[in-house]
Amino acid sequence: MTTNSPDDDRHRRLAAVRPRLVAFALMHLRDAAQAEDAVQEALVAAIEKQDAFAGRSGYETWVFGILKYKILDALRAQKRHGKWQPLEDEDEDDAIDRQFQRNGRWQESARPSSWGEPEATFENERFWQVFDACMIHLPDNLARVFSLRELMGLSTDDICHEVGIKENNCWVMLHRARLRLRACIERGWLEDSTC
Amino acid sequence: MLMCKEATRLMSLKRDRPLTFQERLSLRLHLAMCGACRNCDRQFELLHRVGRHYAPPAEGEARDDEER
Repeated sequence: MTTNSPDDDRHRRLAAVRPRLVAFALMHLRDAAQAEDAVQEALVAAIEKQDAFAGRSGYETWVFGILKYKILDALRAQKRHGKWQPLEDEDEDDAIDRQFQRNGRWQESARPSSWGEPEATFENERFWQVFDACMIHLPDNLARVFSLRELMGLSTDDICHEVGIKENNCWVMLHRARLRLRACIERGWLEDSTC
Repeated sequence: MLMCKEATRLMSLKRDRPLTFQERLSLRLHLAMCGACRNCDRQFELLHRVGRHYAPPAEGEARDDEER
């Protein structure tokens, strides 16, 4: 070893990606201290195992992959401590009922509008600020299931297994999470951008 | 006749499991006639893609749902 500059480079990249790792962990775990712990463990593992990084995917992607396992471990611990609640009442959700009229049509004030081209949306920093804020406002049980499905990419079958809920309950939660998120994002983002 | 609220349930569901023939048909019919629901469907699709931008899936960690 004559130089350690590749290590330095990786440490710099880890420091740079850390805020995203923390935000990602927080969306699943809904607990700042636990999110920090999971990220810390992932960073330690990444540094210790960096010889195992084969360079097939990006370094950051590889670190995210490690973090996903740490998050699942932490979620299992949460489940053991009884933090996971199934959705008790599958019929009632005021936040969603407010989007629809009695006859099942959209409320005039809640009718979804166009968000434009997805790629342009994803490049808009404001979108991500609003998305993060809306995720934080989501009830814990909805946010966890949504994160596992759409951020972690687990199947609903796997989620049921992890969380110990029925698949139908999972589908109802995902429907609610998506409707709440879309309404929240539309309020926070579109109305803001027209100013 | 499918109403918007029920249509959003199917829009959500199709991202988690394949719809039955009946479900697919009634959703398609509704979407053909309802612009607000077409927007909602695109918004759900955007939310579905958010993960790949947030934390890109690692190689071999294929997402199974691309074609649904």
